Amino acid sequence: MRHSGDQILAINLEPRLSWRTIKSIVMTTFMIGAFVAITIPLFAIVWSLVSHGVAVVSRSFPDFFTATIPVVSRRSGPGMGPAILGTLLCTGGATLIAVPLGILGAIYLNEYGRTSMFARLVRFMAMVMTGVPSIVMGLFVYVLWTMRFGYSAFGGALALACLMLPIVIGATEQMLRLVPDHMREAAFALGASKSRVILLVVLPAALPGIISGCLLAIARAAGETAPLLFTVGAATAYNPHLFEDANTALSVQIFGNATSSFAAAQERAWGAALTLVVLTFLLTLIARVIAARFAAKR
Amino acid sequence: MQTALVKPTRPSRPGYRLDGQDTMPAATDAPIVFALDTLEVYYGSFRAVRDVSLDIGKNEITAFIGPSGCGKTTVLRCLNRMNDLIPGARVAGTITYHGIDLYGREVSATEVRRRIGMVFQKPNPFPKSIYENIAFGARINGTRERSKLDAVVEKSLRAAALWDEVKDRLHGSALAMSGGQQQRLCIARTIAIEPDVVLMDEPCSALDPIATARIEELMRELKQTYTIVIVTHNMQQAARVSDRTAFFTAEVDPKAERRTGVLVEYDVTSRIFSNPRDERTENYITGRFG
Repeated sequence: MRHSGDQILAINLEPRLSWRTIKSIVMTTFMIGAFVAITIPLFAIVWSLVSHGVAVVSRSFPDFFTATIPVVSRRSGPGMGPAILGTLLCTGGATLIAVPLGILGAIYLNEYGRTSMFARLVRFMAMVMTGVPSIVMGLFVYVLWTMRFGYSAFGGALALACLMLPIVIGATEQMLRLVPDHMREAAFALGASKSRVILLVVLPAALPGIISGCLLAIARAAGETAPLLFTVGAATAYNPHLFEDANTALSVQIFGNATSSFAAAQERAWGAALTLVVLTFLLTLIARVIAARFAAKR
Repeated sequence: MQTALVKPTRPSRPGYRLDGQDTMPAATDAPIVFALDTLEVYYGSFRAVRDVSLDIGKNEITAFIGPSGCGKTTVLRCLNRMNDLIPGARVAGTITYHGIDLYGREVSATEVRRRIGMVFQKPNPFPKSIYENIAFGARINGTRERSKLDAVVEKSLRAAALWDEVKDRLHGSALAMSGGQQQRLCIARTIAIEPDVVLMDEPCSALDPIATARIEELMRELKQTYTIVIVTHNMQQAARVSDRTAFFTAEVDPKAERRTGVLVEYDVTSRIFSNPRDERTENYITGRFG
């Protein structure tokens, strides 16, 4: 093979600095800049959490997660055990209330109600509920439950469930809507009843997305403080009872200890913050593994 | 559940009528499965199809041909009540299935679809394994034992000429198959519920000629066991596989000033393609349409 030298000289394939390339460079720079800008606060948070928190937690390693909280907050020493249990109780209770209700509600909205007046009303209400500040939810449960039955982890669970419900409904309905109609048709054409179509085809197809949506709601609920201040009360000892007596939670402890003027309390707040983040992260990880198992099975 | 499809409302009517005359020649004396009488289909207030009267014979392949928008798919979807799923769709006139009014008060659409299966234009396997796709129908009908499910899966895949290609990856995803294999999987899935009729809505339009030929060959085999109704845009396909052909076209509805589908001619396939009685049919099959 031999190339004609004249022709090669005539064709110039080298990049030229045109208006289009300039625009491309400018926009790419902006996008990289935006990415860097949003990662800076993220890394700053993780860094400060880890640098402060790890020291506190490691100083009294397993004790920090198991020991009770010092009654006098200026006293130094470990202990977030009751708060971890309280967070698990409140968030777990809220999940048990909000996730089934929310998923069933979303199934109604997308598979049955569709564009009916009632469905539209429910959808609108769920949207409005998303915008209600968490402290108002706390106040609502305070009046409805706590004033009658006193402080308990269940009151906190109720308030968190109110916060989670619209998120679960919204995310689940979105995921159900993404399941293509031709899959429903395929199942109907095989003589499947509507409930079978939903249970065996629509829900499995939407499951990974539904799990993600629920996790988002759980993670948000685990970090909420305001509604718990009203409903859970304050405790420094373990309280494994869901319905009885005041309890506590990590978020409440972070708030209380961080605003304290004693260095020992502030340290505990850092430890509690790190614990909360790790707890949420572990939860997400476990749910992802379960979701992946499901996906592989299908 | 099993008693849902009883109660004959009227004896099935022989022949097919257009403009009041019974003109369908008795080319075969196949028993009648479906009898459509002055069928009209509405989507909301829009009349999509009008005046469709024809009979569909047992163990025959009946093809619906015609240009886009002529209502052939709409009519097909009425035969297993898939149109029930579209909000606002309704039917006037009658369709009887073995003499039973398909849209009768006591007929359950779910029971209808267990007997009248459907294969769609785009292959639509479930995002599950090949095995689970086929076993779906058996499972919803209450089969639980693994050995029975295994037998159903093998039998259906063999009937759809797919067994040898997939027997080593039954538990792999159905979505990893080629388009032609996916469509044969959908056919296998449909015949796994042992229906009486298989409806096919342009089953080959997304496939290449080789895959199309395999499906056509399969249809000829399935005809021994099932009654098949196929909608196709491909006139050669109708000519190759079908026993009878119905030609639909879209014409302006005198009532609504909109184009609605009408049945022009229904006859033995060889006659439709060699000696059609209606000028519109001749124009369409010779490519002079529109």
